[in-house]
Amino acid sequence: MGVFDHLARRIADRPVNVSRRGFLAGTGALVLATTLPLRPARGQTAAADAPAVTAYLELRPDGTALLRSPFIEGGQGIFTAMAQIVGEELDLAPENFSVEIAPPGEPFAIMGGFRLTGGSMSTRTGYPVMRQLGAAARAMLVEAAARSWGVAAEELVTEPGEVIHKDSGRRAAYGDLAAAAMDLPVPAGVALKDPADFRWIGSAVPRLDVRAKSTGRQNYAIDVAVEGMLLAALRHAPRLGLTPAAVTNLQEIEAMRGVHSVHLLDGAVAVVAEKFWQARRAIDAAEIDWTEGEAKWPMPADFSSAGFRDSLATAEGEVVEVEAAGDAAGQLAAAETVIEAVYDAPYVVHGQLEPPSATARFNADGTLDLWMPCQAPEMFQNAAAGAAGLEPAQVIVHQQVLGGFFGRHFLYATANPFPQAIALARAVGRPVKLIWTREEDFLRDAPRPLGLARFRGSVGPNGPEALQIEVVGEGPTQRWYNAPPGQDPSATEGISGKTYAIPNKHIGQIFQANPAVIGYWRSVGHSMHDFMYEGFLDELAAAGGLDPYEMRLSMLSGSERHRSLLERVAELAGGWKQGPFEAADGSTRARGVAMASPFGSEVAVIAEVSIDAGEAKVHDIWVAIDPGQVVNPSTVEAQVQSAVALGTSQTLVEELVYENGEPVARNFDMYPILRPDQMPRVHTAIVGSGAAMGGVGEPGLPAVGPAIVNAVAVLTGQRIRSLPLSKYDLG
Amino acid sequence: MQLTINGATHDVDVEPDTPLLWVIREELGLTGTKYGCGIAQCGACTVLVDGVATRSCVTPADSVEGQEIRTIETVEETEVGRRVVAAWVENEVAQCGYCQSGQVLAATALLTETPNPSDDDIDGAMTNLCRCGTYNKIRAAVRSVAEG
Ligand code: FES
Ligand code: FES
Repeated sequence: MGVFDHLARRIADRPVNVSRRGFLAGTGALVLATTLPLRPARGQTAAADAPAVTAYLELRPDGTALLRSPFIEGGQGIFTAMAQIVGEELDLAPENFSVEIAPPGEPFAIMGGFRLTGGSMSTRTGYPVMRQLGAAARAMLVEAAARSWGVAAEELVTEPGEVIHKDSGRRAAYGDLAAAAMDLPVPAGVALKDPADFRWIGSAVPRLDVRAKSTGRQNYAIDVAVEGMLLAALRHAPRLGLTPAAVTNLQEIEAMRGVHSVHLLDGAVAVVAEKFWQARRAIDAAEIDWTEGEAKWPMPADFSSAGFRDSLATAEGEVVEVEAAGDAAGQLAAAETVIEAVYDAPYVVHGQLEPPSATARFNADGTLDLWMPCQAPEMFQNAAAGAAGLEPAQVIVHQQVLGGFFGRHFLYATANPFPQAIALARAVGRPVKLIWTREEDFLRDAPRPLGLARFRGSVGPNGPEALQIEVVGEGPTQRWYNAPPGQDPSATEGISGKTYAIPNKHIGQIFQANPAVIGYWRSVGHSMHDFMYEGFLDELAAAGGLDPYEMRLSMLSGSERHRSLLERVAELAGGWKQGPFEAADGSTRARGVAMASPFGSEVAVIAEVSIDAGEAKVHDIWVAIDPGQVVNPSTVEAQVQSAVALGTSQTLVEELVYENGEPVARNFDMYPILRPDQMPRVHTAIVGSGAAMGGVGEPGLPAVGPAIVNAVAVLTGQRIRSLPLSKYDLG
Repeated sequence: MQLTINGATHDVDVEPDTPLLWVIREELGLTGTKYGCGIAQCGACTVLVDGVATRSCVTPADSVEGQEIRTIETVEETEVGRRVVAAWVENEVAQCGYCQSGQVLAATALLTETPNPSDDDIDGAMTNLCRCGTYNKIRAAVRSVAEG
């Protein structure tokens, strides 16, 4: 997600300011704030140094701390990581923290700033700032103790939760010092800890939220209850661009139990009722006439994903250069044998398990409260203000813990329920919670774009000699942030940005607009492009009679970091072997290997696969991941498990097919996702190479698919160039 | 109709075929039971009906009158449920957590019926979907209770 990587890099070295916050003065607590200078990408920035997002630390008299996180928790463990980082410098154990999402509005206003949870960058961007926050608080507590004891601050040390004067044996708990510390000036540029002395950063601190999430006590947007609210269900037009002309059995619907009112919205009909189930029952019974309406991206009535794929395969147009070295065209013209292949990957839905919802309430003072899942609250705030005809400052966004996200909860016109909830709340004059059924979520999700790339390559005795790739299509960063072709990493990443040394290469993008409303999906362009690239690399290896693992090693001779990572994954798997070989259970298995460089991290994967009744069975996935620096290895391990699951799922079974301008699948019956019995064992090696901190939420995914597909090719002799594998009989 | 949920009898006034899921969430206000798909595919809505893991989104309320219904909110009132929750915490199973009410109850039903499940037993009983991919941790947690 290039726009986010760009952000992460930009803020890494900025000075950090910590300030004291008076609004809780007199409570006996020490309250400090700091800002995360996050802003949208170039071109969207209002002012070069617009104040940014605020994070708050409140150290209470009882010695516990409340941290208000600017990043939202959606399963990735960010709340725990934030407690670890602040706790490290503050010298307070992470289990003494509670972490909440920073609430909107004064005094937590973000004043023109921008925050989002995505691009695997929360820890990366929060790290320096959160350390400084903890360090400043600690210095103030030490100073408070020094003054009260009449000694120099330099004579004092801390142990978790207390300040100690070794010479006199005096100790004071943080909670008892908090009030006095609050009266002191905030020191600037406090020295940070030597990483060699870290107690918690780098260790497997337990997640803070597991108990609530194991006992049903974690609330999500769908669980929000507001005094006096009504519930709403709706049905969208089956094809984007149609709009309701009439509900022909309106009286019957209005008379159904619990129904408050029926509403014709832009592109949908909604029923508002006392209970959601009553609304759902009524909307299911509604008979609706649809007519052509106004839409920014209407779906052509004859659109099919299969037809679109074929049009990309043959599309011609300007090839905008993304990466080039040597003379690929000349080398290929002179080559004796040129290998050619076309790879594609389908539309896929996010399938986060919590269906989208939004609760809207207009208040007497003209403000609007919104409770909803979102990964970028300020963007939602602006959009909601536009939808409601209010100033952004009048819209209060209550971000909720997410029941999964994977890119689902960015701002995508037509994919977010909040504009409809706003319209309904205004129409009925009461708060309204709108829940999209799973069927509506499938219908209006912003899926990962169907992608396609055309490869030409030649191989010599030592590996690939020339590679020419045309990536055809549109990336989500162009759609939503106007990144032009050639400068939209989401359209090419995973084909561009590879580390292998190839003397002659040319990678370009041919822009072709995608008729669907497309979005970011976990690991974005990497989720499909690494599959294509690494598959083609194996095709070149096979054509050249080379072992795919050895060939990759030799292509990495210029980068010790990558070379040793590849060797590490082979070692983890008990040594490289391609097979086919017979396993202990009598099955015939093979292994595939692949690498990826997503979101500032490096990853190498080996997959072990067999064929069972015509289907690929994935037994083991070995992952070596190098995120540079590691805050919490158990979080990294969990994120790798999660990324492997999603990577395996999209490789084996996922595909959103469109016919006649509509998605065919509307729920998990027609669109399977990975089942428990399809989950491979996952073996992870975390390598902290010391390089700049990369992401961990998404990087585990991209190399999984190609490793599986490369193993399948060894077993079947069949080179799969179009996902998912469930389209084929591999028997 | 009268429903026995978490040990208490509730008079609920709903259409008889209202799914048990929505009775639990909307009439009783117990939101630990989740809506994920509504068509018996995902298992987020799992509750125990006379100890059997049941997908409440497709269970008409009137079909379970007189039966003992237990939701995630009281899972720790049984010995097995308590141990399952402890194992879920110990193994840090949850990621987003949305599926986990259902997973915990499915495991509780399995381990109550079959204290030492085989791999096939686990495959047969633990069929709820998890989009966050916590499957390996779920299996490890189930095993740790069995080995307890
Ligand atoms: S909500 Fe009942 S099985 Fe998915
Ligand atoms: S933990 Fe997120 S769906 Fe299972």
